[in-house]
Amino acid sequence: MESSSHTRKAAHPTPLTYVKIAANLGAITAFEVGIFYVEAIEDALIPIFIVLSAVKFVLVAMFYMHLKFDERLFSWLFGGGLLLATFVILSLMALFGALL
Amino acid sequence: MHHSQAAEHATIATSTGIDNRKMLIWVFLGSECMFFGSLIATYLVYYGQSLPGTPTPGEILDIPTTSVSTFVLLMSSLMMVLAYSSVSRGNVRNFRIWILCTALLGATFLGFQVFEFTEFAREGLTPKTNLFGTTFFTLTGFHGAHVTVGVIWLVSLFGYSFKGDLTKDGGLSVDMAALYWHFVDIVWIVIFTVIYLIGVTNAPALIE
Amino acid sequence: MASIAGVFRRPTHPAGVWGWITTVDHKKIGALYGVTAFFFFMVGGLEALVMRIQLARAGQDVVSPEVFSQLFTMHALTMIFLGVMPLSAAFFNLIVPLMIGARDVAFPRLNAFSYWLFLFGAIVLQSGWLLGGSPNTGWFAYAPLTSNSFSPGNGMEFYIVGLGVLGISSVAAALNFIVTIINMRAPGMTLMRMPVFIWMTLITSFLLITAFPVITVGLIELYFDRTFGMNFFNAAAGGDVVLWQHLFWFFGHPEVYILILPAMGIVSEVLPTFSRKPLFGYEVVVLSGIIIGFMGWAVWSHHMFTVGLGPIANSVFALTTMFIAIPTGVKIFNWIATMWGGSISFKTPLLFSVGFIAMFIIGGLSGVMHSIAPSDAQQQDTYFVVAHIHYVLFGGSLFAIFSGIYYWFPKATGRMLDDRIGQVNFWLTMIGFNLAFFPMHFLGLDGMPRRQYTYSSDMGWDIWNFVSTIGGLILGVAVLVFLFNFFLSLRKGEIAGNDPWDGRTLEWSISSPPPEYNFATIPTVHGRDAFWEEKYGHGGKVPAGVSPEEGHQGGIHMPSPSYLPLIASLGLSIAAYGLIYSFAVSVVGAVIALAAIYGWALEPAAEPAGRES
Repeated sequence: MESSSHTRKAAHPTPLTYVKIAANLGAITAFEVGIFYVEAIEDALIPIFIVLSAVKFVLVAMFYMHLKFDERLFSWLFGGGLLLATFVILSLMALFGALL
Repeated sequence: MHHSQAAEHATIATSTGIDNRKMLIWVFLGSECMFFGSLIATYLVYYGQSLPGTPTPGEILDIPTTSVSTFVLLMSSLMMVLAYSSVSRGNVRNFRIWILCTALLGATFLGFQVFEFTEFAREGLTPKTNLFGTTFFTLTGFHGAHVTVGVIWLVSLFGYSFKGDLTKDGGLSVDMAALYWHFVDIVWIVIFTVIYLIGVTNAPALIE
Repeated sequence: MASIAGVFRRPTHPAGVWGWITTVDHKKIGALYGVTAFFFFMVGGLEALVMRIQLARAGQDVVSPEVFSQLFTMHALTMIFLGVMPLSAAFFNLIVPLMIGARDVAFPRLNAFSYWLFLFGAIVLQSGWLLGGSPNTGWFAYAPLTSNSFSPGNGMEFYIVGLGVLGISSVAAALNFIVTIINMRAPGMTLMRMPVFIWMTLITSFLLITAFPVITVGLIELYFDRTFGMNFFNAAAGGDVVLWQHLFWFFGHPEVYILILPAMGIVSEVLPTFSRKPLFGYEVVVLSGIIIGFMGWAVWSHHMFTVGLGPIANSVFALTTMFIAIPTGVKIFNWIATMWGGSISFKTPLLFSVGFIAMFIIGGLSGVMHSIAPSDAQQQDTYFVVAHIHYVLFGGSLFAIFSGIYYWFPKATGRMLDDRIGQVNFWLTMIGFNLAFFPMHFLGLDGMPRRQYTYSSDMGWDIWNFVSTIGGLILGVAVLVFLFNFFLSLRKGEIAGNDPWDGRTLEWSISSPPPEYNFATIPTVHGRDAFWEEKYGHGGKVPAGVSPEEGHQGGIHMPSPSYLPLIASLGLSIAAYGLIYSFAVSVVGAVIALAAIYGWALEPAAEPAGRES
């Protein structure tokens, strides 16, 4: 990141890509709400929800927030905060016996 | 010169070629992660710890309604990215349309939240009722406050588009608002999953 | 240099008080930070002296227990948030742009905003003295002592709102310095060529932006409990008071490093200069700083060994805490090795830096004693802990800050601080400090509890308490000597010239005080210790010529002064005060702030010079 040579000037996606992402986001949400009512897989729901929401999270961050195309430094700055926040949540849950 | 636009804005080219303001917003969002992380941690630590006999997530939360408002917020992100896409291509007319749509969807989300809050209060859950009420209203309330700030920001940009030139610096001013807006959206993705979907799924097991 | 300045036409700036109020110049803001923080440092010192006089002998009644509780709470808050942190911020402001070869920080108006918000936050925090009582719960304000039933009145509100405002100020400043350091370095100044002080500023800033949101959430929760009757820390509703402790120390421990890392940065600049040797093991010192920053996140519960988290949690946090001693010890060895074999000149800045190393080692050793959980159970809440924190925060941070003041005063003002008075200042500080705080080790091990307004003469604590009070008074004299030196030297000090210490970093390459634009031409950096390289590295080639990038920049165009940062911070502070008394006031404040922010966004950072091509 010392010079401009790292500037990733890849073209941003077209509006069509954005719409496709939105369709995916909507579909995943609909799917989540759908399986919410399926009692047969109740035990597996939590991991499924975590994975699906992570997918949505990553889609928005990568495409709408352009992390996939922008400077990698932004991913580090944001990802650092995100990781630390996750650490706060998990360690507090562990200390209070709320994990598992 | 590292960055063609930098000279217009700042007197000095930056060491990384990245505009100062764009870096600022990303560092700020990193900091915001810690803010919401702490609120979510509080919610999770107190999950299922409310006194017996008081309202539970399973009894209060209404998944269908909130699914709709979640969808609204997700679509507002689409409008936002289209607004930024337009302005970065120099199309201010389309930008105005999309940014208004974004703000409108944001306001709709807030409307849902107001409805939800009053409905919950009617059903007997207020911030004072129990730990669930306290942590739920605080977390979602601060998210709502962020959405409110975002709506004000978007409307301001809409107004400014008649006065000044938003297309300079590749639409950086819009980009900053957009990043903030998408961030608020992904925080909601987490909240919807943790509080609503998982929270309600898990509720019966924990309450027993 | 001055002749170069004449060539460039520059916007005229208002003079006098108005010039200070509207300034966006990092050097002036640094001076404002420094003077304000030193004022509050003395306020905190006075609070300490009143406590020391109360404790000088057994069974005294100089102040009431209630006032004593407010004194120790406010002493801690004042020293941490209004003394040491903003004194560090003063150095960030004064020195960072100069050291990295920049003309200002990345966001000059945000910088002014941070300062004014700090000032107003300080006023909110201190206003309890006049408005019916300051917070009295200790600086960590454990629940449920902070609930309405145990802390009626507005004391806790001053704490909540004051720290909240100060937090916004700190985060805004930290955001600014992160962007400044990553983005505003002179050409050639790669990350591993940055002076260690810059590295420590960067790490501190990252700690600030990640730690303060956590305490902000804690403060919000406490405020909601007190104001709206919510249940966060209400045990009757199933709330857990220990959650506050976790949130507080999750912030509180990084905060400790926020206080000490800038000090380590200062010492890492002073020692090489006065030893005429490069810093020993630069890479290792930087890496140790980064590791300390990271580890700062994994040790918070060592403040809570007696809470009863269980043997596993206690063991984990004991281990992580012991681990911190490694990078810290590495740094100390590097500093000592820097001096080893150097041609040392014992000027005042070096004395304070060496004092820092010695005192910090003592504080570090007692810190390692605390990391052993069973041992800590004995030391918890005794004067042993008071001794420890003063050895690291006074013997550590403040010694380094005094070192920094003596070191950079010539750069900031153009005149030297008198070295003879400086030596007196140092030795009085050193003797007073050790007299005041070393006996607290004995008192603590002998079981004297902290935060007690008095003690019985049967306990046998009289003699060491008396010695400690004498030490405190000597420290007070030392501060007066410093003030005398400061004002004397400001008027009559020896003219410093550009480079009075034969310095190593870029700030010494320009005039003292620096011109408003700092560098007539942005220097090109060829190595670590950039200025030393220029002077001695490549056959005496003095400052680099005009770099290619400079060619088309035309005149030096500095940001224009603005009153909007002041208005915005004033609006926010009014809104914050409203949280204590009336939400209507908050609305008015918010409207003022919003209007100022609109104005801020619409006004250009720099007024067009009119003749730029």
